[in-house]
Amino acid sequence: MTPVEDREILLSVRHMDVCFGKRRKRFKAVDDVSFDIYRGETFGVVGESGSGKTTIGRAIIRIHPTSRGEIIFKGQRINGPISRELDRQVTQSIQMIFQDPMASLNERAKVDYIVSEGLYSGDVKYTKAERTEKVNQALMDVGLLPEFASRFPHEFSGGQRQRIGIARALIMEPEFIIADEPISALDVSIRAQVLNLLSRLQKEHGLTYLFISHDLSVMRFVCDRIAVLHKGVMVELAECEQLFAHPLHPYTRALLSAVPMPDPRREKEKTIFVYDPSMHDYSVDKPRWAEMEPGHFVRGNERELDDYRARLAD
Amino acid sequence: MSEAILSVRDLNVMFSLRGKKLHAIRDISLDVMRGESLAIVGESGSGKSVLVKTFMGLNDANGWVDSGEIIYEGKKLTDFKTEREWLAIRGGEIAMVLQDPMTSLNPLKTVGTQIIEAIELHRPLRGAASRAEMLSLLKDVGIPEPERRSRQYPHEFSGGMRQRVVIAIAVACRPKLLICDEPTTALDVTIQAQILALIRSLKAKYNLTTIYITHDLGVVANVADRIAVMYAGDIVEIGTCDEVFYDPRHPYTWALLSSLPQLGVKGEDLYAIRGTPPNLFGEIKGDAYAPRNPFALKIDFVKRPPLFDVSPTHKARTWLLDPRSPKIEPPPSVKKLSTEGVKGYDAR
Repeated sequence: MTPVEDREILLSVRHMDVCFGKRRKRFKAVDDVSFDIYRGETFGVVGESGSGKTTIGRAIIRIHPTSRGEIIFKGQRINGPISRELDRQVTQSIQMIFQDPMASLNERAKVDYIVSEGLYSGDVKYTKAERTEKVNQALMDVGLLPEFASRFPHEFSGGQRQRIGIARALIMEPEFIIADEPISALDVSIRAQVLNLLSRLQKEHGLTYLFISHDLSVMRFVCDRIAVLHKGVMVELAECEQLFAHPLHPYTRALLSAVPMPDPRREKEKTIFVYDPSMHDYSVDKPRWAEMEPGHFVRGNERELDDYRARLAD
Repeated sequence: MSEAILSVRDLNVMFSLRGKKLHAIRDISLDVMRGESLAIVGESGSGKSVLVKTFMGLNDANGWVDSGEIIYEGKKLTDFKTEREWLAIRGGEIAMVLQDPMTSLNPLKTVGTQIIEAIELHRPLRGAASRAEMLSLLKDVGIPEPERRSRQYPHEFSGGMRQRVVIAIAVACRPKLLICDEPTTALDVTIQAQILALIRSLKAKYNLTTIYITHDLGVVANVADRIAVMYAGDIVEIGTCDEVFYDPRHPYTWALLSSLPQLGVKGEDLYAIRGTPPNLFGEIKGDAYAPRNPFALKIDFVKRPPLFDVSPTHKARTWLLDPRSPKIEPPPSVKKLSTEGVKGYDAR
């Protein structure tokens, strides 16, 4: 991997809040989240359901409006009111892959239309022949046959449907893909196929991924850097192996202890940590976001940070 | 080991779909021992759910037991004709926890009412006694403030809490055999670990025999005494937990293990099983896994392998165990599992 200074920042999120509801019902789903994603990397966001990880992805792709902070994509601010032209550009270069391939494809449209739908909305008007050619290319890229274009989604298995979802993202020639739990709904044997496909496409097309999941074992296999999210607050961010070697925040350790291992000996010895947020006493000593070792950030107050430093020194 | 609580002999289950016959369970024999915890592992469509639904007479109307028998505590379940006979078994003797806690509870009734329903259906408790029992069950499954929570509706519970309620209903009728069909697939990893720990503690408390069904071998290392691997309606390998993880013999078990991301090497491709499972409408010739098996021998396409004994507790249906077959080593990631185990998930 190239040294940190030389890497180009593709997407930068600065002090972002996302809120839902109004006045008394107001709920802050994402609270002061900041991170950078470098070109060509796979950046993982891990957290349990309700932690706001999906909300972050959807805020980046402009589905949810942000309440505070900014999102900068290739040097341009893309949250809040933006020009029509930039909106088009964002729609084209950021694409999303969804969790459930049964629910994310239009049951009444043929694969041809599902995959090519994005092309109709852009500034460029494609002829029918150009569209067909692009659809065929996208289908072949994900390992499906061009003849499948005339079929309906129900004719495909779960793994094939997920490939159609990926082809639909690829056809827009994006630079950045948000993969929201892309393999959670799939069988174990098909998971491997989809993970391999995503990593091959990353190499071939120079893609950058934001990978959202609740499962650290999958994250470890695909991600370069991982951010841990708890109740909308980012608690730890580190290079993948750093995070697994020295998990600092108790929530990260709880997530790590829950990873199921296909190893009966290890499983019998293992103890599961349950994270209890009330263990933090932030009444006087306020927590801050601190860098503990190069590239390894954690949230904590001074007393906790001292604790974490001692852990790292071991 | 003790005697079998449930015993399956040469079971064949068929379904009739659009005029064609689908052979869902092909000649399965299996003994479930009293007090053990058995995991049945296989990909979707392998017949694992059909198999356990047959134990409770819950298969769809277009399915039937073609031949073979299921014996539970001396009763021949395959002879049952009427729903009334089945009602004596379902819930009271064999209970089931389903995958999705969103759909297995009634959204219009409070959680307490639903548990009381199950209690009163199967046990001679009424009124205040069944209410007290309901509260103690909620406490057993780890729901805080049972008094208040029992008056709430399923939508007020999180996914993990809902699954706890489903488990409370399942054990409410004091079953002897508890079947958990993908109990944690719809849940987060942290909740998954808690639910598995809960089922294990209830198993000890109520002397249950448990059967887990899952597609994820990674999940069962913690909970299973024995593991049966299913493929295309057949058990291709069965053994103790240690035998299946550390000394697997069937190429399909190898494939399932090496496709787990926990065993993968970063930057390299994960092993992915080629092709698709066979079509069970037609006659299957030879070993059903042969077309997808990179280690397939010529005979695999011609003759179905018998179950070879590896040890008194470990059997596998593959010609590789025949003394005449060539020596084939399991893939490196599978071998590494038995020598080094899984590394790098130390939470300290």
